Amino acid sequence: MALQSLDIKQRSATTTPAPQARQTMEIAKLIDVSACIGCKACQVACMEWNDVREEVGHNVGVYDNPTDLTENAWTVMRFTEVEENNKLEWLIRKDGCMHCSDPGCLKSCPAPGAIIQYSNGVVDFHQENCIGCGYCVTGCPFNVPRISKKDNKAYKCTLCSDRLAVNQAPACVKACPTGAIEFGSKEDMKDYAGKRIADLKERGYDKAGLYDPPGVGGTHVMYVLHHADRPGLYAGLPENPSISPLVSLWKGATKPLATFALGLAALGSLFHYVIKGPNEVAREIEEEIEKEDAS
Amino acid sequence: MIRDPKDLPRYNAAERANHWVTGICFILLALSGLAFFHPAFYPLVQLFGGGAWARIIHPYLGVILGIAFVVMFFRFWQLNLINDADREWLTRVGEMIEGNDHNMPEQGKYNAGQKMVFWSMAVCVSALVISGLLMWRAYFNFPVGIVRLAAVVHAAAATIMILVAIVHVYAAIWTKGTIRAMWYGTVTRAWAKQHHRAWYRQMTGK
Ligand code: HEM
Ligand code: SF4
Repeated sequence: MALQSLDIKQRSATTTPAPQARQTMEIAKLIDVSACIGCKACQVACMEWNDVREEVGHNVGVYDNPTDLTENAWTVMRFTEVEENNKLEWLIRKDGCMHCSDPGCLKSCPAPGAIIQYSNGVVDFHQENCIGCGYCVTGCPFNVPRISKKDNKAYKCTLCSDRLAVNQAPACVKACPTGAIEFGSKEDMKDYAGKRIADLKERGYDKAGLYDPPGVGGTHVMYVLHHADRPGLYAGLPENPSISPLVSLWKGATKPLATFALGLAALGSLFHYVIKGPNEVAREIEEEIEKEDAS
Repeated sequence: MIRDPKDLPRYNAAERANHWVTGICFILLALSGLAFFHPAFYPLVQLFGGGAWARIIHPYLGVILGIAFVVMFFRFWQLNLINDADREWLTRVGEMIEGNDHNMPEQGKYNAGQKMVFWSMAVCVSALVISGLLMWRAYFNFPVGIVRLAAVVHAAAATIMILVAIVHVYAAIWTKGTIRAMWYGTVTRAWAKQHHRAWYRQMTGK
């Protein structure tokens, strides 16, 4: 999405402040896993609005279809069967970008302006600036971005930033027939989640809770989970996600320090030459050789 | 016309070509790699026709460098084994840096500093080739934990290799009469006698 107004919070590979004349309210999408029936209307709406189509694949014996996120499938429903209290539970999680407050993708990206975080919390990939290195894949704690085989650009859920810009809710929210996907200000979504969680607790899910992981500064896609104590049940949702320490080491203070060391070595060499002068062949040795030749 | 037919041959044409292929690849790799290293260097992508081109070209150059370096390694490794004179040279490297090398221990074809450059380059190239292949998303998709480690190793090894290369190039510029050895392969006898006396004896029998 290239069109934008100036409500930007962070820009990839940029060391000066991003244009941030306007600050907007933080928004969030709330996915109530307990109310999802797995109909995939959201997947269809996503493909329709964004005009991307995943190739028809093969049935591999589970409901997941497509079986993974791809450059054309920015959201997929992940189905898990678990036995809890002697009852079969069918856990269905709508997977996709979490729109982290502290996005590992943006931190890793080497291309200026290829990843933008708006002040409303949306993390958006700008493919026209993307160079296709895949560093976002390396940085993301949720395994979300996908590099297209066709154009080598990275793609993922935009949270329908183009719709948000004109005051429309994301396409998936519009399409959900059960109200399992809600959209609004992050605060309102937390309040609403609180009510849903109270309701779930009343119905016997005493570990119900909100998934808004603090390790990535909170997310702008949140889940209501019946088993919030074990997010891993939901097709491996990370327990306590954060940007990997290796990624922080790779992208942290080491880079300016290394840059400084390189500059120092180059300037150090220059000044060594200026101060000490060249290491020349001594006149004396040249004369020795000339003498030998003459004799 | 050759100025002095008694100049000593130091590198034959194949060795020189091998070294230049490695050197050219290294410079292009360092420039394109630094572009991704820190935003301050990103404008370097313009040398390659933009960010996407720099990203595409870099790993292929890396493969060429890897092959060229392995060939060069087997040409020179025996000449770079560290001996006692080298250990003494290294403890007295301060005199060398002062530019006052008259009393340094006699050195063969390579002095201990050059040998250190050789071995650090060998370690860095191995680390860069392995980690670089692990990061190459156009062809591979290794588990993310491995790719993260590879990214750290690649960035660290690249920093060290560029530092070593700066020292390597500067040493050649600083020591007058050296660069011609890589241009057309010969050095003067006086140069050899001053800087690599043991090699001078071996070449001239004096
Ligand atoms: C077989 C050898 C090599 C391979 C396969 C390789 C591959 C890669 C890949 C895949 C990347 C990510 C960006 C991209 O996709 O272009 C990268 C980054 C980089 N490479 Fe290499 N490379 C190799 C050798 C080298 C060498 C010899 C240098 C020495 C200067 C170097 C310096 C860098 C630097 C500085 C980066 C940026 C690292 C960062 O983002 O922190 N590479 N390389
Ligand atoms: S989930 Fe991954 S792709 Fe989405 S904002 Fe977080 S780090 Fe970026």
